[in-house]
Amino acid sequence: MRFQPMKPVSRIHPRKRTSDARGGPGCFKQALASLLLVLSLGVHAGEAQPNAEDPVIEQRLVKMAEDLRCLVCQNESLAGSHAELAADLRREIREQMKAGKSDKEIIAYLTERYGDFVLYRPPFKPVTYLLWLGPLLFLGMGAGIWYLTLRKRRAVKAPTVDEKQLAAAAQLLNEK
Amino acid sequence: MKRWIPLILFAVLVGFFAKGLFLNPREVPSPFIGKPAPAFSLPVVGSTEQTFSPDDMKGKVWLLNVWAPWCVSCRQEHPLLMSLAKERSVTIVGLNWKDRDREAAQLLAQHGNPYVAVPDDLSGKTGIDYGVTGTPETYVIDREGVIRMKHVGPITPEVWAKKFEPKLKELGA
Repeated sequence: MRFQPMKPVSRIHPRKRTSDARGGPGCFKQALASLLLVLSLGVHAGEAQPNAEDPVIEQRLVKMAEDLRCLVCQNESLAGSHAELAADLRREIREQMKAGKSDKEIIAYLTERYGDFVLYRPPFKPVTYLLWLGPLLFLGMGAGIWYLTLRKRRAVKAPTVDEKQLAAAAQLLNEK
Repeated sequence: MKRWIPLILFAVLVGFFAKGLFLNPREVPSPFIGKPAPAFSLPVVGSTEQTFSPDDMKGKVWLLNVWAPWCVSCRQEHPLLMSLAKERSVTIVGLNWKDRDREAAQLLAQHGNPYVAVPDDLSGKTGIDYGVTGTPETYVIDREGVIRMKHVGPITPEVWAKKFEPKLKELGA
């Protein structure tokens, strides 16, 4: 993408300038335009350039990077992040894939350096037992509460109604 | 008693959230604590043939400060590093991370150099080997070359007094 110098823009709208300075609607438009420009810059500069060199490796890379956390923008995956470190790590992974390393070896390389924190799917080990089994625990608790409630409800006896009361009720209903 | 259960559960939940709210998400536990510092050999800023390797520091307790000329919060901690270096209480090595514009030498000449050596990690690979996620990050490395502590973010006087001083004392620096 080629960048145009700023000059032509101000030449197109020479009269707008005064209103811009005071912050009129032109100002908003210009701000919006520059915002859009900045956003579009990100789109072009940031996305992992599709490397046509080896589509198989690229596919493998994306698949792996989707399950890895970007250390800079922690709620983004390594595949989707525009952070520089993410780009560096993608490059590193790509190189290692080209060198014939297995996915397991590459993941080990990353966790050695950044810990399990890079993995969106943390391994099942004593520290993560609660994390993995927590939902089951809550399900169990819910089932327990459900069972207890049901049992209690069953324990409540249906009220007995004698003939007199029935007759009174029927009368009340008929009155209407 | 029973009617209090939801309130107690709610309080526990609030407790967890409050704790989470005050955690620093940048403080990712480093897998390097207690492990030997990864080896590297890099050219030193301001010299053409000199190189630096962590092995050069064996027998010393030292700090590896990962910084970059383009990093704003590194400038924030720079005066503190300067005063630490002046007091000669600490040996600091400054890993110059991804200095693509080659500004480190000039910047250090201008603002002062608190480092005993400034290895030049242009590709950023050494930083990755140390699990660096951003600058500044500082590692405390002991006499045997084992990483004992890592701090993410600029070192403030409070951080220094609370985190670094006790650790350095423990290591006998």
